[in-house]
Amino acid sequence: MSDHSDQAGGTGPRKGPRTGPRTGHPTRRQMLAGAAGLAATGAGMGAAQAQSAGDPAITTLPDWTRYLGPGVDATPYGMPSPHEAGVRRRNVDWLTADPVSSVNFTPLHALDGVITPNGLCFERHHSGVAQVDPAQHRLMIHGMTDHELVFTMEDLLRFPRENRVYFLECAANSGMEWRGAQLNGCQYTHGMIHNVMYTGVPLRLLLERAGVRPGGAWLLAEGADAAAMTRSIPMEKALDDCLVAFKMNGEALRPEQGYPLRLVVPGWEGNMWVKWLRRLEVGDQPWHHREETSKYTDLLGDGRARRFTWEMDAKSVITSPSPQAPITHGPGPTVLTGVAWSGRGTIPRVDVTLDGGITWIAARMSGPSWDKSMHRFYHEFDWDGRPLLLQSRAHDSTGYVQPTKDALRRIRGENSIYHNNGIQTWAVDAQGEAENVEIS
Amino acid sequence: MSKFPELVLAAVVVLGGGPAWADSDGTPSYAQLGRPATAAEIAAWDIDIRPDGTGLPEGQGSVTEGEAIYTEACASCHGDFGEARGRWPVLAGGADTLSADRPVKTIGSYWPYLSTVYDYVHRAMPFGDAQSLSDDQVYAITAYLLFLNWEVEEDFVLSQANFTEARLPNEDGFFPDDRAEVELPLFSGEVCMSGCKDSVSITGRAAVVDVTPDDSAARSARNDSGGAEAQATDRATSTTPQAQVQLAEAATPEAPVDAPADTATDTPAPDPALVAAGEKVFRKCKACHQLGEGAVNRSGPHLNGVFGRQAGTVEGFRYSSAMEDAGADGLIWTTETLAGFLAKPRGYLKGTKMSFPGLRSEDDIAAIEAYLRAAGE
Repeated sequence: MSDHSDQAGGTGPRKGPRTGPRTGHPTRRQMLAGAAGLAATGAGMGAAQAQSAGDPAITTLPDWTRYLGPGVDATPYGMPSPHEAGVRRRNVDWLTADPVSSVNFTPLHALDGVITPNGLCFERHHSGVAQVDPAQHRLMIHGMTDHELVFTMEDLLRFPRENRVYFLECAANSGMEWRGAQLNGCQYTHGMIHNVMYTGVPLRLLLERAGVRPGGAWLLAEGADAAAMTRSIPMEKALDDCLVAFKMNGEALRPEQGYPLRLVVPGWEGNMWVKWLRRLEVGDQPWHHREETSKYTDLLGDGRARRFTWEMDAKSVITSPSPQAPITHGPGPTVLTGVAWSGRGTIPRVDVTLDGGITWIAARMSGPSWDKSMHRFYHEFDWDGRPLLLQSRAHDSTGYVQPTKDALRRIRGENSIYHNNGIQTWAVDAQGEAENVEIS
Repeated sequence: MSKFPELVLAAVVVLGGGPAWADSDGTPSYAQLGRPATAAEIAAWDIDIRPDGTGLPEGQGSVTEGEAIYTEACASCHGDFGEARGRWPVLAGGADTLSADRPVKTIGSYWPYLSTVYDYVHRAMPFGDAQSLSDDQVYAITAYLLFLNWEVEEDFVLSQANFTEARLPNEDGFFPDDRAEVELPLFSGEVCMSGCKDSVSITGRAAVVDVTPDDSAARSARNDSGGAEAQATDRATSTTPQAQVQLAEAATPEAPVDAPADTATDTPAPDPALVAAGEKVFRKCKACHQLGEGAVNRSGPHLNGVFGRQAGTVEGFRYSSAMEDAGADGLIWTTETLAGFLAKPRGYLKGTKMSFPGLRSEDDIAAIEAYLRAAGE
């Protein structure tokens, strides 16, 4: 991983503890005045009046400033503020037949930085969330190996570990947009992605322990869920950068992310990151199982299909402003932000346009730039209140540039479902509301 | 590693030296981690099948046998002829549609290898009761799926011996990822930064398609959290779906059900252990039936308030005419009638759409009834 030298955190002035004189309890008169101010604002008092009367957020004493809050241990596992209740994963009911075999979406529009909080990482299950007892969980390695082995979780914790931040993107992310703009919100158009730090054992160490025999060119990974999900993975990738992970962002994997063990296949489509990993078989041929034939193959316009399309192409999206994150403050200083990623490396550059692609501006990258990890970009501008056509265009470290949706359609047609990394457009109107559109 | 050095260290401690700590220079030997897998363990988990037939067990099954199993275990989701109900996967048909506007990707039209069918049916189906079918049953279902796709005749028997002779029509329809040659050169290099277009116009809008879930809760939370003076026009998505989107089953609101008083009075409070056992048995039902708060109709009707209800009367669910007729003739779901139905659905009510073969154990039936009362009343 590259260093953190571009991280800006921790250098600003810090606020010390409050040491000033404490005011006493408000008088009854102050309380009444405050209540009156609040009521007036609630009734629709204008900004000018609010200014003359004073902002009740300042002139009245809020409960949280007067009364004691909950003590430690009120929530032994901390939860976000109730004011953030709208920031949650959401599904699209009509997409699938049943929530047990379905997907929901990461609320990208409400997040910042590059790390996805564990509870907001999108879910995709084929037979629901397996409820695995780690004491009963085993990992078997067998097939074309010198040793056919069984590991307990405790065994795995005795191998050397690595910490890596990687994005995981479902191959079907943006798959609903092939035929045109359909879903209004980057949560739905781009939310089948998350980016967390994994702690795990390099898969290479486990394969070395088992001893891969000559001709062992493929690995079948299988989950312990009721779909017994399987994918064939080429040995070259397995020996390169894959991890057998048990932690995400420092804590145990969440059940919906494969607790207690999942495969990490950096930069490659999320379906290969087998959750509840229980078995690795070494063989000389791929298995051509359901998730690499019927699904996760890319049907082109001529009726033929690409198979084994593993790498995720470079992609970006503006997360704010966006349909779920409109501009609410009116004209003036405005922060545009978004995320970008590539399955082939880092993202040194993202361009943004406010006018639908007539003029492009290099955005400001901020935060760590790690291989096959999500990157954050910003562009600050003075909004003049006129409609905008916003787009972002990612460049990855191989020189690849995110194409337009039409450029992709010219090669692939509209039926491929998977690997739609085309440039996203948001139309922002004079009120600041944003809509998913396509443009000429 | 021998235990002998540890004994020596222990002796040193006992003999009055200072504490003796382990040697910190020891290089770990990972060869001692893990243990050999036994043949029985490998056999239990190594269920994968490859296109060349590797992994296929001994066994066989006919189209005729497959039809019976399919009708019981598969048709409730995949349809009697593989045409699928709701948004469950279509299994048959779709020939010559792969380059059409709306391709129908089925075993017959799209899947390259028959081994994938056997492997998947065995490892993951029936949905919610995986790996419950015998090898012969999987052969039979696979044979029947070939028949539904017009690949074999009615008298066909599929076996380990003839398995690899069966080829699917689209085997040659796939080719390896060629993005590195076809796309990467095209999508790499210099980009235009200014004066890139003469003009721009909007060619399509998501609001016109209007299929986004309503985020009104998030919107009001956003507005409540302050500062939203420039209150934007509420462009809340309407709840009317477009024709292209199938919402029919999932969007049916739960019908309020008035349970007659007698069911409430003649039923003692359910035994918690029985309820817990029933919750486990209910896993067999979950693929089709929902229960509890927010339950809606799926492949089967929701089961809230089932006791005391006239059969075939959950609003919005399309019953078989047999079920509707039985209700009209006075069938009310009680502890006794439901037990009879659950023991052998098609024997109890000939013509029901419910493909579940039935609960053999009376204990399971008692448990599930307790659970239905506890969770759905």
